[in-house]
Amino acid sequence: MSVDHSQVPQDNSHTYGGHRKLLYATDERGDYVAVTSSGWEAETLATDSALDLLAQQQEAAWQRAQRGETSPLEYYMVYRRMDIALLAQTSGLFRWRIRRHFRPAIYARLSEKILLRYAEALGIETRVLKTLVRQP
Amino acid sequence: MTDFTHQQSAHCESGVMSSLLTHHGLAMSEPMAFGLAAAASFALIPLVKISGLPLVAYRMPPRAIIRGVQKSTGVRMAFATFRDAERGMDALDAALAAGKIVGLQTSVFWLPYFPEGMRFHFNAHNIVVYGRERDEYLISDPVFETPVRCDRQSLMKARFAKGALAAKGLQYFPTHLPPSVDYEKAIPAAIKRNVRVMTGAPLPFVGVRGIRYMGKQLLKLERDAAKRERYLPLYLGHIVRMQEEIGTGGAGFRFIYAAFLREASRLLNDAHLKEAAVAMTEAGDHWRLFALRASKMCKGREAMDVALLDNLLNGCADREAQAWKMLAQYSR
Repeated sequence: MSVDHSQVPQDNSHTYGGHRKLLYATDERGDYVAVTSSGWEAETLATDSALDLLAQQQEAAWQRAQRGETSPLEYYMVYRRMDIALLAQTSGLFRWRIRRHFRPAIYARLSEKILLRYAEALGIETRVLKTLVRQP
Repeated sequence: MTDFTHQQSAHCESGVMSSLLTHHGLAMSEPMAFGLAAAASFALIPLVKISGLPLVAYRMPPRAIIRGVQKSTGVRMAFATFRDAERGMDALDAALAAGKIVGLQTSVFWLPYFPEGMRFHFNAHNIVVYGRERDEYLISDPVFETPVRCDRQSLMKARFAKGALAAKGLQYFPTHLPPSVDYEKAIPAAIKRNVRVMTGAPLPFVGVRGIRYMGKQLLKLERDAAKRERYLPLYLGHIVRMQEEIGTGGAGFRFIYAAFLREASRLLNDAHLKEAAVAMTEAGDHWRLFALRASKMCKGREAMDVALLDNLLNGCADREAQAWKMLAQYSR
């Protein structure tokens, strides 16, 4: 908690992937020094709640895509941590068109040209986009 | 390849500015770059949404630090954005070939060296490119401990990612550096600008008033049965992330700003600034207290108690008001 440089939290946050971040804390004279930290509980809890939400969305989209209730496109979108608004901006396609492409029958008939736009937006090859893979 | 020393920083934009200036012979710490840019702030903007949640910012908008440092120091920078991604990469190659150290604005998500848990779609990250070896660019990413590398394709994608705050391939480097900075003038002027942002904004959701406004908004969400269960915890997590996760140096940039005040007090041999640094540190400590409780409530580790959070936020606002008042007196 404290800003004292010897008490900068070192909570080994898994979200850091082994990295350390830099913080500013005071030394015994009151001067600020740069200290690296392996994580802080409060930050980890907050990041985790965001990551959990993404994981839930991904799992839900995966299940629905497997059951044929949505197209692989929706799964790949959430896999890339995007929402429809961001995919629309990235692909240049209208939101209503993307929503339409979530219908498996329509998605199956998409032209190579449209698929290529999704491929570029998502960084996933068109060959893969046509199939459903957990880790594209 | 040019001789370049990587320096880890708390925040990407102040880190890049500190690195670029220091490399070119105008040594400047990260907190000094942050403070001279008058980059501390607070704003809660309900109308601007980030994945469905209101924008909460503890600092001025992206590029404000680059612009602010220019204004304060007389440094001049060249900026370029590109419509075509390949041309943007060619321009980077040309600048590197000319021996330049180049600042870039990028997306976080598409940089492959970021760990999974840090990869979110945020387009206003800043890095320094200091060389190229075949297909790989040599990168000094200020938030990492050591230099990293990135292949051409990924770097291109990161520079030209679309969406909010899209970088459009922005690259920049200094073209003119003054031999020294007149700190006697630059520091009080920058503090004065920052005081104005924190205490003089005519909007209830900006500055110290904005902090109290956030507390009131939490109370309102608590009363709303439709938002209490799911939205409120998500929102709390979002606030804590903006305060701690996104490279703020702790307590939503308050510790960086306090470090700036402390450094300024030494440079100018000024006791008022030293006291203001202590006051700002106290505000920062209180922000950390808020973050700890809010994050526990967000994850259900602690019972939701919005009245307590509102109380803590008012405590932050009181401490900030005190620090900014001292700074207003100093810079008058």
